[in-house]
Amino acid sequence: MSDSAVDPEEVRHVADLARVDLGDEEVERFTEQFGDILDAFEALDEVPETDREPELANVMRPDEVRESLSQQDALQNAPESEEGQFKGPKVS
Amino acid sequence: MTEYNGYITTETIEGADDGPLAGRTVAVKDNISTEGVQTTAGSAMLEGYVPPYDATVVRRLKEAGATVPGKTNMDEFGMGTTTETSAYGAVENPVAEGHVPGGSSGGSAAVVAAGDADMALGSDTGGSIRCPAAFCGVVGIKPTYGLVSRYGLIAYANSLEQIGPIAPSVEEAAELLEVLAGPDEHDATTREAPDAAESYADAADGDVDGLSIGVPTELLDGADEAVVETFWDAMDDLEAQGASYHEVDLPSVEHAVEAYYVIAMSEASSNLARFDGVRYGQSGGFEGNWNESFANAREEGFGEEVKRRILLGTYALSAGYHDKYYKKAQDARAWVKQDFDEALTDADVLASPTMPVPPMERGESLDDPLTMYLADANTTPVNLANLPAISVPAGETDDGLPVGLQIVGPAFGERAIIRAGSALA
Repeated sequence: MSDSAVDPEEVRHVADLARVDLGDEEVERFTEQFGDILDAFEALDEVPETDREPELANVMRPDEVRESLSQQDALQNAPESEEGQFKGPKVS
Repeated sequence: MTEYNGYITTETIEGADDGPLAGRTVAVKDNISTEGVQTTAGSAMLEGYVPPYDATVVRRLKEAGATVPGKTNMDEFGMGTTTETSAYGAVENPVAEGHVPGGSSGGSAAVVAAGDADMALGSDTGGSIRCPAAFCGVVGIKPTYGLVSRYGLIAYANSLEQIGPIAPSVEEAAELLEVLAGPDEHDATTREAPDAAESYADAADGDVDGLSIGVPTELLDGADEAVVETFWDAMDDLEAQGASYHEVDLPSVEHAVEAYYVIAMSEASSNLARFDGVRYGQSGGFEGNWNESFANAREEGFGEEVKRRILLGTYALSAGYHDKYYKKAQDARAWVKQDFDEALTDADVLASPTMPVPPMERGESLDDPLTMYLADANTTPVNLANLPAISVPAGETDDGLPVGLQIVGPAFGERAIIRAGSALA
């Protein structure tokens, strides 16, 4: 058995990290498929180390006020809003 | 609407009275934002989403006088090779009944192939313009990374994707590229292409006399026999017109498709975190805590292929697996770039079949995601290397299924691939 094989618990854990609920059937299907797909990804072990472009660096500029979407436009696609703000679920 | 389900929305957007595209219709893939017109990216998550602004490419289309006849169907968030993962139903191939149109820009290629739009915009993350162009017998160009603005494109994998044209002929695709290309202050990755003296359309003169073409043997090895035969017939055609070809080795491309999927899924897992049912997207309601509500909204709103990629991307980036998958994929990406650079010192352009297989039958590949991923073997290396590529019709198999020929050029070598492609279509 390959060391990349995944079990249903692992699929549930990753789904939890990704904030995606899964049904039991989906967990079963993904467990099987992820084993195959991750096995295929193992081929990357054969890739030689390659000189890459230099490390990227952040380039910053000062903040400046510019024209942008109005508050109303920015909120127009929110399922719920209240007093000019997005309305989300309770944090508990 | 069309009988092959090419459009998600058929609301007309009128452009300026005159301009280079006046009197012509350009359909727009539904992951490209259109102000005031629903944009879903093929997802139930974004059903009813109406962007408050235009993507830069849409603004340029309008200024050029084009009329947008609607938003085209696509694999959900661009994730697919067959346009069967759309929440709005699969697209049928209008020129090969019973077969898929390719993906993810399947609706865009289909409406052009069927003559329901003069041209169309697609987006290409790992072949999503070239694959459907090949399967529907039309022309598609994936531009050099940075040539066309991505502002207003609903992101899937930012470091790989580009918007590009789909059209019946190379010359028309080049005319559309002319309108789309150029720096944009809203997308810091865009830049001015060098050598701007000749227009892209003027480069479509069919003159391949003296052109040197490299053929990467690795991209022919696993391909379907009928595809390979059609490919060589098209190469003979180019040779008869004065081009020459030689075989080249690109050992890195054998790992490109895996590297592509690791990188694309990783970027997708991050990009799609924004769909939480609060700022936009279908709401999961307000019961339970934030995480439960969020996970509930995403279960309801996303289709299975999208969930699969978000989870695999989260897995590849998670502690303990980052070095094994993501870092190795970045090494593969650098290797692919080097390989292409080398091959393009001895050849003006490279050529291969666009897809290793003819259009699949509908429903054939949905149950086996890995098989679908592997079909992208010939197109994904180009996105990893950020190079331009065109798919032009090469002919048909004995069964009458379209086959595409892919021509890859050096960075910002759009004119070279347009010139070469125009000798065939």
